[in-house]
Amino acid sequence: MNMQTQIEAKLNQSFNINFLEVVNETHMHNVPADAESHFKVTLVSNDFEGKMLVARHRMINKTLAEEISNIHALALHTMTEEEYFKKFGKIPESPQCMGGGA
Amino acid sequence: MDVMDRIKQAVEENAVMIFMKGEPKMPMCGFSSQAAQALMACGKEFGYCNVIADQEVMANLPRFADWPTFPQIYIGGELIGGADITVELSQNGELQKMVDAASVAKA
Repeated sequence: MNMQTQIEAKLNQSFNINFLEVVNETHMHNVPADAESHFKVTLVSNDFEGKMLVARHRMINKTLAEEISNIHALALHTMTEEEYFKKFGKIPESPQCMGGGA
Repeated sequence: MDVMDRIKQAVEENAVMIFMKGEPKMPMCGFSSQAAQALMACGKEFGYCNVIADQEVMANLPRFADWPTFPQIYIGGELIGGADITVELSQNGELQKMVDAASVAKA
């Protein structure tokens, strides 16, 4: 399992997810070609309701403790569904079909 | 002085304190750079520690506030978070209020 899939799987297990996007940003950095070192997580979940950002990040840090110790950077963007709606004016978009069911 | 005491002292003596990779005007990490810029934009003095130059702090800071990554930003003695949180608070205007309040309390 690659790191991106592993991060997605762990978060899926631990949160009630409205929207999750894990982006491998390793290519933006000066590291070996096969490295998996920099990731960005955008997670929309009502589990964050009433929690400050620092508490939300702690929830993710705890879930991904093993992964964090093996990568260099993890950017986190956390929102409830309502906050996402306020910020972007729409409910989180589901990803496009990429042909896997054909 | 023990490293944990040094960290505690830095956090307590500075109304605003950042532990970062590099220095505010010469950051050595994109996230540290973003966080330092957000703090500089608040226009108040803040303390900083370059964890690359202080390996002992780098090794021990994660267990100080149970936070695994750098940078770490403390305001009024409390961890407010890392770069993503600092930037978000900066964008919604909260950071300025927090920095102002902590700086007044310290003065």
